[in-house]
Amino acid sequence: MSAHQSSRAPFAAVVDEHGPVVMRVVRALLGPADADDAWSETFLAALEAYPRLRPDSNVRGWLVTIAHRKAIDQLRAKARRPLPADELPERGSVDALLDATPLERDPDLWGALEGLPLKQRAAVAYHHLAGMPYAEVGALIDSSESAARRAAADGIANLRKTYGTGARS
Amino acid sequence: MSTHQIVSDLTAANVGLDPSTTARLQARLVADAERAGVLDVGYRTVDSPFGPLLLAATEKGVVRVAFDIEDHDAVLVSLAHEVSPRILAAPGRLDTLARELDEYFAGTRRSFDVPVDLRLAHGFRRTVLDHLRSIAYGTTESYATVAAASGHPNAVRAVGSACSHNPVPLVVPCHRVIRSDGAIGRYLGGTEAKQTLLALEAAA
Repeated sequence: MSAHQSSRAPFAAVVDEHGPVVMRVVRALLGPADADDAWSETFLAALEAYPRLRPDSNVRGWLVTIAHRKAIDQLRAKARRPLPADELPERGSVDALLDATPLERDPDLWGALEGLPLKQRAAVAYHHLAGMPYAEVGALIDSSESAARRAAADGIANLRKTYGTGARS
Repeated sequence: MSTHQIVSDLTAANVGLDPSTTARLQARLVADAERAGVLDVGYRTVDSPFGPLLLAATEKGVVRVAFDIEDHDAVLVSLAHEVSPRILAAPGRLDTLARELDEYFAGTRRSFDVPVDLRLAHGFRRTVLDHLRSIAYGTTESYATVAAASGHPNAVRAVGSACSHNPVPLVVPCHRVIRSDGAIGRYLGGTEAKQTLLALEAAA
């Protein structure tokens, strides 16, 4: 299938092909609780804009760019409003357990990831989870290519310090 | 712990789109898209005596009904080109037609009262389809009769062509057009399907 055809593929095929990558990225950026909203907002915005997407565009890069903006919007909104204390018990609810991915069951990795500065978290997500080249990662996080590479390396180095120091069963 | 191990843990742990999550998020996307008015084409498949049928609808109405032999993926790609690439599986938009088709195949329904969007048919073909909608359940007309009724008595072959390009077979009953000599003629879903439909309507 040519680039032209794939970029004008039925949007349903775009969701099937790229939905999991976008989910990985927004989960890494926001954690599981806010990932669904960011995923939904990303694909709604993408659907709206899809007919105007240039035929030779890299669809995955385009989606990750939209996901980045949606995630930043959410982080900004969150910074403006304090977390209500009564959200805490929900973590142990039955639904959350049923929905739990291995990552959610591993507070070690979540904690480690959420503890990273946003740039490092984003660089790790965009490069390692979405396969984006560092030049494009840099454009998204307002950094040069080499700074993006460094942010990802620092992110991984920090994860190595904070996560998985012991053997995992 | 190696970089590779960390990345592979993140990837494995983050996949997060198991079937139930996927279904929930897709349903939400469809609902959001409908509300925002950006779902140009919704589709679903239904079972039929001839295998799965693809049903697709714009906001104006049913725009496409496709038999299995037409290759549903190819039909969706052509809808992306001819109507809009804003296409999602949206079963709800086609609930009424799905139910009416069930009733029709069970012999308890004689006509479809869903809005139809004939934007994929132009000119004379469109005129022919408009006439076909008036051919009653259980009756047939010849290609020649349809040509005359559509204002071009000599355009018998063009009527055949209009029928074979009918974007919404069953709903617009091109199966009720047969040859003047009584032979059944060709059909999008195959001659056998046409025979089955005419037998179904004759028996009901």
